[in-house]
Amino acid sequence: MSTLSPPKERLWWKEPIDRSELIWVSIVFVWGLVMSFMMPYWHVTGNQNLSNETYKTTPESFMARTQANVDQYTIRHEGPRDYPVVKPPPGGDVYMVSRLWDFWPIIELQKGESYRFHLSSMDWQHGFSLQPANINIQVVPKYEHVVTFTPNAIGEYSVICNEYCGIGHHMMIGKIHVVE
Amino acid sequence: MAEQFRTCPDTGLKIHLPAQALMKANAVAAVVFLLIGGIYGLMVGLTRWPAVHLLPADWFYLTLTAHGLNVLIFWMIFFEIALLYFVSSVLLGCRLATPKIGWVAFGLMVVGALLNNYIVLTGTSSVMMTSYVPMEAHPLFYLSLILFAVGALIGCFIFFGTLVIAKAEKTYEGSVSLVTFGGITAAIIAVFTIVSGAIILIPTLLWSLGFIADIDSLAYRLIWWGFGHSSQQINVSAHIAVWYAIAAIVFGAKPMSEKVSRMAFLMYILFLQIASVHHLLADPGMSSEFKMFNTSYAMYLAVMASMVHGLTVPGSIEAAQRAKGFNSGLFEWLRRTPWGNPTFSGMFISLVGFGFLGGISGVVMGAEQINVLMHNTLYVPGHFHATVVIGSTLAFMALTYWLVPVLFRREIVMKGLASWQPYLFGFGMTGVALFLMGAGTLGVPRRHWDITFSMTGGIVHEFPAAANTLLALNGLSVLLAVIGGAAFCVIIVASLLFGRKLGDEEKLDPPIMASQPADADYVGIGKFGSTVPGTLVLALVFFVSFALYYFINWKYLAETWGIS
Amino acid sequence: MADDDETPPLMQRILDNPFILLFLGVAVPAVLYLIWGIMEIISIPVAG
Repeated sequence: MSTLSPPKERLWWKEPIDRSELIWVSIVFVWGLVMSFMMPYWHVTGNQNLSNETYKTTPESFMARTQANVDQYTIRHEGPRDYPVVKPPPGGDVYMVSRLWDFWPIIELQKGESYRFHLSSMDWQHGFSLQPANINIQVVPKYEHVVTFTPNAIGEYSVICNEYCGIGHHMMIGKIHVVE
Repeated sequence: MAEQFRTCPDTGLKIHLPAQALMKANAVAAVVFLLIGGIYGLMVGLTRWPAVHLLPADWFYLTLTAHGLNVLIFWMIFFEIALLYFVSSVLLGCRLATPKIGWVAFGLMVVGALLNNYIVLTGTSSVMMTSYVPMEAHPLFYLSLILFAVGALIGCFIFFGTLVIAKAEKTYEGSVSLVTFGGITAAIIAVFTIVSGAIILIPTLLWSLGFIADIDSLAYRLIWWGFGHSSQQINVSAHIAVWYAIAAIVFGAKPMSEKVSRMAFLMYILFLQIASVHHLLADPGMSSEFKMFNTSYAMYLAVMASMVHGLTVPGSIEAAQRAKGFNSGLFEWLRRTPWGNPTFSGMFISLVGFGFLGGISGVVMGAEQINVLMHNTLYVPGHFHATVVIGSTLAFMALTYWLVPVLFRREIVMKGLASWQPYLFGFGMTGVALFLMGAGTLGVPRRHWDITFSMTGGIVHEFPAAANTLLALNGLSVLLAVIGGAAFCVIIVASLLFGRKLGDEEKLDPPIMASQPADADYVGIGKFGSTVPGTLVLALVFFVSFALYYFINWKYLAETWGIS
Repeated sequence: MADDDETPPLMQRILDNPFILLFLGVAVPAVLYLIWGIMEIISIPVAG
């Protein structure tokens, strides 16, 4: 009887299993355990575990706190849009707004120091894609995601929107500087 | 009632004529939407190719929306409804439950799919297939998807009704066939999929009409992916059922073990849908416990199921080939397969491509922490072009070559082109999958019209130069795949219109249904103490590739910024 | 055959019943994914 017709043995559950299948099922089962172990293991030993710290917020509240942070820590203005460059102290809070269609403000960080990034959207869903570090996080309106970043190399980084957000999506870009 | 059936001279299958008409209609609609979706796909690929950059931005986003919906939803589900009717009515030799309601379902699906294409073409609903709130589409966009889903849900109920009739009327003895069981798996996942879709799309329709003030963005993502990801799990279950079917059709293969294969399908029924969380791993708000449990399909039990099918399908072919006398060495059975038969070659490329490219990339990308390297980059479409296009689409194409003579009683035309078609399409799509994944590892975003940032007033990001090369190679691969896809559509349409009509009693030569080796022929087959040593070796090669690629990506992850 | 009257083992009977499978296939992901996920979203605190 083929795979297209009912099993020949009425009590097919009692048929013996081929040795090759048993070997393979065992290998695959153990491999599943290894992969199941890797994720909690990385939470304990790894340095890249996306935080789940999140708060409900509103665009107005988030913008007000971002503005306060910008007012306090702006060190200069730069770029074609003359955006403020904000340099909070190591260990401090960093606010970055995602909106149609840019990331605001520009951030300056020190290599090797940790910062608490607050991410939220003013309008639609966006993607926070930090390049070339290749860190990609969903940004959702009315939710404030708090993520701690520790940059490990100096340079100019771009933040690119990688969640489609309408006709200006491909114009949405921001900057983060990492200095010594 | 007797005159409502005919017996297929080529396969001996008893075919219910009203079911046959419905299967034909659904299969033809499927191919039409594949053609439409494929044309949109060509334009997407040519726009991503930096030197060509075919479409303006608004048309690119419109085209990408239409491409996703036509191929991921309409082509797939139409074909799967035909397949569900086939594995219930035809394989069980039973009348189809309520064919008239089957036409209502078909009508709803056609209206939904056409309405959706219309409303997207008006430019008011370029919201991508995902239509994430609070970005808003035209209300008809959501309505069209709801109509289509209701039609598909009715189709699933007709399938379950047919199972009930077959059991009540005792049209088969014992348990249903393994292929039918795969169909049951697909139908169950389809019910969960469509219910999730209804839970989120109906409120979203009301929101777009102004009856509801607000839809929570996170809840939308959670429930929408219960629909969007699970719908691709219908495809996986269906195409694995098709692999098993083709093993029987081309080789007369029998399952290595009913118990192992059915338990693997049970793991799909229980746990495949929860991997919808793959899309939420980079989201705010959900705990790591929720993410880790669901992203691992409950400790990788559904991954284990896929790897089991990956062994037992070629294993059943190897055993049948060895029983037929191709018992030398490790791989004589594989060398002596009919590589020029598109039903076989399509299925085999589907199997290898789904496993090596789609399966491995999906599990790696689905590790909670590694996902942050790939979320929303081109790696994601790279991955699912391997699963849904090489895996499901190619398997469905392969089966279609066999369904044309069986259901439509027409001989396939242009057999020379047909024997090349799976290779053109399969290799083209392999290029698409690999090059998109490559660009994704360089950080290139998906759903993005201009990675040169020429319209930002001077704020730019330069991707590594290799990204441009990869996207150009992707464009070339798209051309190859489109030639293969177009060849499929031309061959099938031409066969239906101009293929030689087969007589009611006429048998095709060569036969399109392999004879089954006798049980006695299976005795003593194999080498090195295994009945299927060749398949086991191939499986071990797969396992080593999987493990290497998995740990390489943990190493990549360790090299980026600290995240906590 | 000798086993003609023997009731199939429990697991085979479950696998032979599409409606038990349908119930499990909808209930399990509904609890593990949809309901658990909604609970996660509801329990997100408001920003201080």
